[in-house]
Amino acid sequence: MELLIRNGFVYDPINGVNGEKMDIAVKDGKIVEKVNENKAREIDASGMIVMPGGVDIHCHIAGSEVNTGRLLRPEDHFRDFERKTSITRSGVGYSIPSTFTTGYRYARMGYTTIMNPSMPPLEAKHTHEELNDTPMVDKATYPLLGDWWFVLEYLKNASIEECARYVAWMIASTKGYAIKIVNPGGLEAWGFGHNVASLDDQVPYFGITPREIVRGLCKVNKLLNLPHTIHVHTNNLGKPGNYKTAIETMRCVEDLAAENKPAIHITHCQFCAFKGDDWRTLESGAEDIANYVNAHSHVTMDMGQVIFTDTTTMTADGPFQYTLYELSGNKWVNHDVETETSAGIVPFRYRRKSYVHAVQWSIGLELALLIKDSWKIFMTTDHPNGGPFIAYPKIIAWLMSKKAREATLEKISSKARSRSLLPSIDRELSFYEIATMTRAGQAKALGLKGKGHLGVGADADIAIYDVNPETVDPSRKYKRVRRAFKRAAYTIKGGKVVVENGEIVQSVKGATMWLDVQTSEPVKISDDMKRRFREYWTVEYENYPVTEHYLEISHPIKVKASV
Amino acid sequence: MITLYPLKEFQHPIIAECINPEVFQGKTIQEIGALKIWEGNKQKKLEELFKIEKDETDNLTITIRGNISKVRRIGTGMENGEIIIHGDAGMHLGEEMKGGKITVHGNVGSWAGSMMKGGTIEIHGNASDYLGAPYRGSSEGMRGGKIVVYGNVGNETGAHMRKGIIKIYGSAGQFAGFRMRKGTIYIQKDAGNRVGACMTGGKIIVGGFLESVLPTFTIEGTKGKVKIEEGEKATGPFYLFIGDHAEKGNGKIYVSKEKNPHLSCYEKFL
Repeated sequence: MELLIRNGFVYDPINGVNGEKMDIAVKDGKIVEKVNENKAREIDASGMIVMPGGVDIHCHIAGSEVNTGRLLRPEDHFRDFERKTSITRSGVGYSIPSTFTTGYRYARMGYTTIMNPSMPPLEAKHTHEELNDTPMVDKATYPLLGDWWFVLEYLKNASIEECARYVAWMIASTKGYAIKIVNPGGLEAWGFGHNVASLDDQVPYFGITPREIVRGLCKVNKLLNLPHTIHVHTNNLGKPGNYKTAIETMRCVEDLAAENKPAIHITHCQFCAFKGDDWRTLESGAEDIANYVNAHSHVTMDMGQVIFTDTTTMTADGPFQYTLYELSGNKWVNHDVETETSAGIVPFRYRRKSYVHAVQWSIGLELALLIKDSWKIFMTTDHPNGGPFIAYPKIIAWLMSKKAREATLEKISSKARSRSLLPSIDRELSFYEIATMTRAGQAKALGLKGKGHLGVGADADIAIYDVNPETVDPSRKYKRVRRAFKRAAYTIKGGKVVVENGEIVQSVKGATMWLDVQTSEPVKISDDMKRRFREYWTVEYENYPVTEHYLEISHPIKVKASV
Repeated sequence: MITLYPLKEFQHPIIAECINPEVFQGKTIQEIGALKIWEGNKQKKLEELFKIEKDETDNLTITIRGNISKVRRIGTGMENGEIIIHGDAGMHLGEEMKGGKITVHGNVGSWAGSMMKGGTIEIHGNASDYLGAPYRGSSEGMRGGKIVVYGNVGNETGAHMRKGIIKIYGSAGQFAGFRMRKGTIYIQKDAGNRVGACMTGGKIIVGGFLESVLPTFTIEGTKGKVKIEEGEKATGPFYLFIGDHAEKGNGKIYVSKEKNPHLSCYEKFL
């Protein structure tokens, strides 16, 4: 099928196109130079914005953790449900929607690629089953490797190359996309009822430090030539004063970065940008972090913006979730995943009038506005930890309009308002910067060649929003912009029109991308390794890997490792 | 006044959020008849399931005559007016209601007065489980208003209650006042086990037999009379227990001394 998108204002930051009026031609799921005008379906995008399909670098949408969250929260479902239509399936859920609904809601906002950031390797099959059932979007998932016993053991013995081979094996076996590190060392310590408090604390039994884990896996990442950097959830997350840990974590891989390329991605940075000694003296550490990031080029990060709503927090950071449970007194789930990781889930409500929550809201926006280069910071809510992803249009409005920020500042805790840096920040992002933060930058950081841009040869994932940048001033008419981004005028996925006027018109399946990392010498599946599987895991080695036929639409990306 | 008569014995659950005095107000009988209602998975009009009669006297009263035990969510979110039901009513009666009054001359299903914020529900028969309790999984219980039941009630009455009063003139099932934070539950007759489990505040009065008090409660003393609400007192004497200490709670349970001689063993701790 051929498509011709006419006269839209195109924002394509990777190719440097900034709001120029041009036509985009699509043929066989790819963007092409031109199509046969008589045969192609024409989409009139005059007075509208044309962007590449949205890319979300970090959103918990599938897997055992998400599903446990669903089971834990029937009350999250009964107020928000979607009836089945002739095209779409029914579904429920506000902060943790069911799989199909997740796909539909992303597509309605013009998103076409999403990344599920935390998959315990043991639960990989479950995760892929749910990803198979998430339609409309291409997706990938990151296995949690920071506290895997094999990694800890090889790092302890300082055998980086051997570690790299096992990581490559694990990524291919779990059909993962990047190395995810959560509270390095802390999760292993949590197995003993402890946590680590700094980058130089010792991990029980293994005797290595979080610093060694982060550095080790950063080197592994480089040896394997993975397209994305290590994806790090820092130590001390959600604790006052943790901005120092975040900066320290970024600093510890400074020397490993090459040629100005990023070497580390700090995820949901809002949660690790707290200054102060306790909750009462909590302040924003966004300025310090922004100063560091502005001066260094080896870091990318995402916001983890907080939305004032009722949501569900879920991370692999077991000790942090325990702290959160103690703070909130809510029901909770905590889980130790054999030799690999831990997990926790606590429902949480962010309140405008709560000083801490309002400060958190402010920190997320401060980070996004104070970091000058929008290729370094991306828009997320760490769905569902900071709020559900359906709030993205709200964040876009806050970023594009000081007036929108002031309107919300009016309503928040007065103590938080008086301490917020936001009133002093005049920066308002342009559509070009928004396109960078919501698709181009994320695709670039992920190393996705065919996503996040509209150049010839790119995947035809396109979002068209009904807002005219020539007549609508987003600074004043932020509500108009919010509406436009909430319901895409058109979403095109793989060359097919899937959304029109914010409604699904066609349901399509998306591919699951995974890395087929090819090491020169494959990992030795020795009897010793099988023995360890037998002794440490409830699953035997033979049943452990996710085979390719498990993925409904498999999209392997071949990576040649230098080990 | 509007009177509804069910046209048949219902086989499938019916979701009838539209049966609400404010929705009916100012509408002609044709408009009321055209209101949308779900029968099983099919959307119907109100007039397809009910015979509707209207007289001009009072527009804010709805009377329903007949067995509507399959009809759910009657009076959801109502703020004023009155609903009178002669017969049994279904689940989620008066869910999230903020004002007005619902009277049932019959039994009601589970979750009557769930998450209510104000108004009154009067039940002359029995009520089932989760009276005044929130939806499954939610901790946002009753926040105000009054529920009076003249018969017996099921389990988990007033769970997660934050304000308001529930008066039961019959017996209650297990877990009355589970996780309640504030408010009052009065049970004139017997109560099932685990009364006030995990409560952190509020008051539960048991006028009848109670097999045992949870071990996480401590005895505080005895009291002659206990106030139920303005102008109504329960006469005792009562044992007063404080708890639930497992939740660092400060809730009060009053248990009749006369009906529970087996609890006299607590007296040595006084």
